[in-house]
Amino acid sequence: MIDTTSSALTGPQGPKPRKVFSRRNIFLYGTLILIMIYYALPLYVMIVTSLKGMPEIRLGNVFSPPLEVTFEPWVKAWSQACTGLTCNGLSTGFWNSVQITIPSVFLSIAIASVNGYALANWKFKGADAFFTILIFGAFIPYQVMLYPIVIMLREIGLYGSLGGLVLVHTIFGMPILTLLFRNYFSSLPEELFKAARVDGAGFWGIYFRIMVPMSLPIFTVAVILQVTGIWNDFLFGVIYTSPDNYPMTVSLNNIVNSTQGVKEYNVNMAATIITGLVPLTIYFVSGRLFVRGIAAGAVKG
Amino acid sequence: MNNSVEIKNLDLRFGAVKVLQNLNLEIGKGEFLVLLGSSGCGKSTLLNCIAGLLDVSGGQIHINDRNVTWAEPSDRGIGMVFQSYALYPQMTVEGNLSFGLKNAKLPKLEIAKRIKHASEVLQIEPLLKRKPAALSGGQRQRVAIGRALVRDVDVFLFDEPLSNLDAKLRGDLRVEIKRLHHKLQNTMIYVTHDQIEAMTLADRIAIMRDGQIMQLGSPDEIYGRPVNKYVADFIGSPSMNFLEGTIKDGVFIVGDLLIPLTDYEFADSTGAVDGSAILGIRPEHVVTGELVANAPFQVDVEIILIEPTGSDTLVDCEVAGHHFRVRMDGQSRVSVGEKLRIGLSPSKASLFDLKSELRL
Repeated sequence: MIDTTSSALTGPQGPKPRKVFSRRNIFLYGTLILIMIYYALPLYVMIVTSLKGMPEIRLGNVFSPPLEVTFEPWVKAWSQACTGLTCNGLSTGFWNSVQITIPSVFLSIAIASVNGYALANWKFKGADAFFTILIFGAFIPYQVMLYPIVIMLREIGLYGSLGGLVLVHTIFGMPILTLLFRNYFSSLPEELFKAARVDGAGFWGIYFRIMVPMSLPIFTVAVILQVTGIWNDFLFGVIYTSPDNYPMTVSLNNIVNSTQGVKEYNVNMAATIITGLVPLTIYFVSGRLFVRGIAAGAVKG
Repeated sequence: MNNSVEIKNLDLRFGAVKVLQNLNLEIGKGEFLVLLGSSGCGKSTLLNCIAGLLDVSGGQIHINDRNVTWAEPSDRGIGMVFQSYALYPQMTVEGNLSFGLKNAKLPKLEIAKRIKHASEVLQIEPLLKRKPAALSGGQRQRVAIGRALVRDVDVFLFDEPLSNLDAKLRGDLRVEIKRLHHKLQNTMIYVTHDQIEAMTLADRIAIMRDGQIMQLGSPDEIYGRPVNKYVADFIGSPSMNFLEGTIKDGVFIVGDLLIPLTDYEFADSTGAVDGSAILGIRPEHVVTGELVANAPFQVDVEIILIEPTGSDTLVDCEVAGHHFRVRMDGQSRVSVGEKLRIGLSPSKASLFDLKSELRL
């Protein structure tokens, strides 16, 4: 070993000291905290109001926590609140939304991932033109297509049914999802695809055994996108289904906007939170999955 | 027929770009052929065509006397090893090895037997249950070779298999590939841009440029008698010294130096033709010290720069206005500014025509 002389050092050494309460930090974090409060406050008001009884709400202290916590408004919002003529609360709409969302998400992702895989790895004649047309579809405003789709659904006998809405959601999810999957599959090493071909795997063999197992992150992203998009959809739901099949967003609108009697703010707040719970849960659950998916997707070392 | 792979009039175009042009190549059974060239010369493309991963625009490919031009990659009787290993990350090593066999619907017993054999040959038995992420680069490349090995095919294709490894490992695996070839006696086609790999591994080397084969021959031939200036310049490190001059009456004239060509073996047996030419001589063929006295041509030069590499010392100097490098023994003591007497013998040099750059 080479001997090194150790002598006392003068001047700056080691980690640079940082002041916690510098002017810059106070300004930066102060602004962030203000913005946070601005965004979190409505949620706070909603939760607090939904736990109050009507008499307490009439006192007008919007920000005060409930004196007497009651879950009555939640129960009412779920099973008794009136949407137009019927008074079943949100439950009917919830189950309708579930029946719309699950098949739509599944179908759109299944089709779009195969689309993206074919476009990325099995370049066929006119693939680029096909892709351009598909992406162009994403830029056509929905309003233009509303009425033509009504006619088309009527002609194939799906107008007013859940199936019709599932079909519409599946088609409208295509451009963005295909783009997403195509780009992801293009980013996977091409040599893996070649190796699988040399190993004798066919179109579906490579898709199911090689591509899909490597694509957890992008499937998670697609699920988040589709579940929140379809669950929060109001326009298609109100146009392409009949009152029996209205999704939850439409029921919520009907509860909140019904004009007879007193406005039950606590019930409205509870109903709104319940409706928003599904996308929220998806974010929290799959957000973690998403990170794990990225970590597990490491190919090279 | 004794040819394992035959390529006949192969053309490949991407739109208007001609990547491969009218390429013909015959590779014998059990031969180790290296496709060597700088990046973009079409060597990997050619390999992909042989593997069936690219559709050709014209011509035929025969493997084992069977026309496989339209056959699927898996039906061609080839195994392929890729630069980035291309191991399936979600499968264990065993899964990686068996994937192709399962696709071919082989019986379980046969699969197990083949995996056992391959893992013994490559010494990867302890790794069978691991995922690729838990392997080192060298181990991964072994598994990748194993994946080709279990397929029990006659032709192995290697696409720059060692480029992702560090220098030491590259050397080790190179030896191992050579050993594997001796043991299996398969036909191997190996793409690389590393001339050391090419020289050490190959039975024959095909030097490629712009989608065409410049020279096809044994490493000795390519090193000793390059057919044109490009090949001469490409092979050898440090690269060949070139002197531009003229030939007149069997003497090469560059500046005020006269180099007699009496020992030189002309490609054309009629001998020297007067005209402009380039003389190429490798740095390692220039002699110094006591050996100079025996050299047919001698000249004094001034040392401009010294590059010691340990085993050798490279000396930069100038000969008749041309940059010139000499390889000396690592033990020699020389310093910048000194005069050095060097000698060269035309029998080891190469002469090229100035215009066509072809060997004279």
